[in-house]
Amino acid sequence: MTEENINDSERESLIYDVVIVGGGPAGLAAAIRLRQLSSEISVCVIEKGSEIGAHIVSGAVIEPRALAELLPDWQKQGAPLETPVTTEEMFYLTPTGQMRIPMLDKVMPYLANHGNYVVSLGALCRWLATQAEALCVDIFPGFAGADVIIEKNRVVGIRTGDMGIGRDGKHKPDFQPGVDLRAHYTLFAEGCRGSLTKKIIAHYGLNQGADPQTYGLGIKEVWEIPAENHRPGLVQHSFGWPMDDRTYGGAWLYHFGKNLVSYGFVVGLDYTNPWLSPFEEMQRVKLHPVFRRSLERGRRIAYGARALSEGGLQCIPRLTFPGGALIGDSAGFLNVPKIKGTHTAMKSGMLAAEAVADAYATQRVEPATFTDRVRHSWLWQELHAVRNIRPAFARFGMRAGALYAALDTMVFKGRAPWTLHFRHADHETLRAASLCQKPFYPKPDGTLTFDRLSSVFLSATHHEEDQPVHLCLKSSSLWKTVNWDVFKAPETRYCPAGVYEVLDEEKAPTLHINAQNCVHCKTCDIKDPTQNITWTVPEGGNGPNYPVGM
Amino acid sequence: MKILVPVKRVVDFNIKPRVKSDGSGVETAGLKMSMNPFDEIAVEEAVRLREKGIASEVVVVSIGVQQAQETLRTAMAMGADRALLVLSEESPEPLAVAKVLMKLVEKEQPHLVILGKQAIDDDMNATGQMLAGLLGWAQATFVSKIEIAENRARVHREIDGGLEELSLKLPAVITADLRLNEPRYATLPNIMKAKKKPIETLNAADLGVDMMPRLQILSVAEPANKKACVLVESVSELVEKLRNEAKVL
Ligand SMILES: Cc1cc2nc3c(=O)[nH]c(=O)nc-3n(C[C@H](O)[C@H](O)[C@H](O)COP(=O)(O)OP(=O)(O)OC[C@H]3O[C@@H](n4cnc5c(N)ncnc54)[C@H](O)[C@@H]3O)c2cc1C
Ligand code: SF4
Repeated sequence: MTEENINDSERESLIYDVVIVGGGPAGLAAAIRLRQLSSEISVCVIEKGSEIGAHIVSGAVIEPRALAELLPDWQKQGAPLETPVTTEEMFYLTPTGQMRIPMLDKVMPYLANHGNYVVSLGALCRWLATQAEALCVDIFPGFAGADVIIEKNRVVGIRTGDMGIGRDGKHKPDFQPGVDLRAHYTLFAEGCRGSLTKKIIAHYGLNQGADPQTYGLGIKEVWEIPAENHRPGLVQHSFGWPMDDRTYGGAWLYHFGKNLVSYGFVVGLDYTNPWLSPFEEMQRVKLHPVFRRSLERGRRIAYGARALSEGGLQCIPRLTFPGGALIGDSAGFLNVPKIKGTHTAMKSGMLAAEAVADAYATQRVEPATFTDRVRHSWLWQELHAVRNIRPAFARFGMRAGALYAALDTMVFKGRAPWTLHFRHADHETLRAASLCQKPFYPKPDGTLTFDRLSSVFLSATHHEEDQPVHLCLKSSSLWKTVNWDVFKAPETRYCPAGVYEVLDEEKAPTLHINAQNCVHCKTCDIKDPTQNITWTVPEGGNGPNYPVGM
Repeated sequence: MKILVPVKRVVDFNIKPRVKSDGSGVETAGLKMSMNPFDEIAVEEAVRLREKGIASEVVVVSIGVQQAQETLRTAMAMGADRALLVLSEESPEPLAVAKVLMKLVEKEQPHLVILGKQAIDDDMNATGQMLAGLLGWAQATFVSKIEIAENRARVHREIDGGLEELSLKLPAVITADLRLNEPRYATLPNIMKAKKKPIETLNAADLGVDMMPRLQILSVAEPANKKACVLVESVSELVEKLRNEAKVL
């Protein structure tokens, strides 16, 4: 972290009242709200993707509640919420059959999707960005926040990444030093497992007293299917096969837009079997008749992956610190049983904006009223009501967890007089490879199922090759004795982009990192058993270039 | 000396475009658009010439939809001084573009026009040549080095198996090849400055140029999927396959 050492003469700086790191729903909603509250407050948003939306992966069925509070005339303004949910189905899968869960709205009322829309979150973010720009927010895509600037224990801004450094660490002819963006308040809206957020949490000990965060990895494909098979607004979810009872996970399939289908699979990253490959699970579930029906005769047009925070209320850290706050998925405001984080991300951004405007007017260093504003909002009520569901799955397994969830929801209506806790961080849950069974994964058929490399190709991922490797392996000997000897290199299986490869398995196994394939999902940063891998930002604008359907 | 640099907004080079399901063209809706990479090289060269004191002004122009503004802002963030946007239907053809550029050359009176050698979307490689023809100016295509002295441009052209050195009288049209330079990153302060630089908007129709397409696209198809590799057991099997499957023997 950069502590009071900015006397670098080459380095330029820009000054804003508020700097927001991350152009997802949380960051953009905060920016819009700030400018609505005061046209005096100058605001900028930086985004590491080459454009807004380039790094966004989401389902997404969204609840328009926060959007309607932020921009009441969103429909008139042409927000890209075009496909209302029409039919909703939840299946418990067995390898060849399925059971449709009856009375979904009673058993899992949090899943009721009446009034919700199937959207491309990337498209929604692009639209939110135009709304923000109309309010004179400066939006800078292609710039990654690489470091936090802290002076006298106060966050006073961030530093963008240097450009034009070679793999050897030396400056290339086109070298451009990063810029300091200085601000009264800095909001971290980096989404799940933000790299700067991680530093802030550690620096201020924000997670003291909170449960360890638990995550999921979502892997998504977008398909274009023949018009006669398309049922706009159809929303399907599954659980059960192919996950065993101890592993949290399931598939989604949404019909939306013009003959598009969003299909994907989420695996809880507290899984225990190091042989598990979320990518291959996602591939093989497509072969199940429930999903095959939609995808057959279609063509896959996009691919992406992203981790999500699954812990909920118990894992939310302290939200504010001198000079700023954490918002959105950076803070963990995702409603897991609902599988929705967009409306909560936006709401948290709006509340933070209000707290910041208040602190700005009264010249306070810490926008501390944010926490109270959250506690008194529907956001808190909503997360409070479902707080026991995900930990119940972690503790009791999928089937008993589902029973518990039904009990907690139907009998206690989310007001059970206890709160279940998470005991382990996700990197602590793997069991030795020798104790676990290898799942059987069918070979890709090239029409319905695919391999990793052809998938990454569809994510349009680009990294300047001649730059330092942005996935930092602290110790390769630790990798050998733990990752290889005990777990047989789980990173080669959980990474959805084929970044990790073991060379010379027979004689002297070493880890090879194909950093240019990385789709910025953050799973390795979360799941590496000794936290030996740290994800850092590569050059701004690098990474996936997801198209609008994502 | 004034330099005019035309820039085109194209589907970003990282994106794998796909053919529309009805085969009528390439799906561009919702794809990331950027400046044609060869045009970036052209802008960079023009800006360097100005930084060396050889050029006095760099004017960029784009012909296309309103959003081409963003491409012009990028060029100005790299250092171009001002911009012209000529509004027209999506994707005008090279001849129409060359005619518009000719009108702008009359208006702006530059001594040098530097273009990308081709746009990566339709790979036409024609606009620079057509413009030089219409203006009756000297031209050099596929250029990897430019030196300007005494009202002449000394250039290297990339040709099959080597380099060709030419000297042209100015005014001239030059098209940029990949090795001409490595474009700079636009920095945040320069992006801020570019927001304040002027963009003048014109209509193609007002320039009196007929933008009607003269080419008709019959169909667009994706390259055939590569067939999976097979391992043959023996030489005789290989010969058999070459004869009966590949039909090359
Ligand atoms: C597979 C999957 C399915 C989902 N399905 C749904 C759904 O159906 N409905 C729903 O409501 N929610 C869903 N969610 C959750 C929802 O997508 C997230 O909760 C929401 O996107 C969080 O918003 P955010 O703004 O906090 O973070 P994000 O959307 O992650 O945005 C963060 C942005 O910050 C940028 N960034 C990060 N670090 C930096 C940095 N250092 N410098 C510059 N930029 C940076 C990122 O590139 C990104 O653009 C799903 C999530 C996933 C992963
Ligand atoms: S390297 Fe890490 S962050 Fe990148 S795609 Fe793989 S698991 Fe995700």
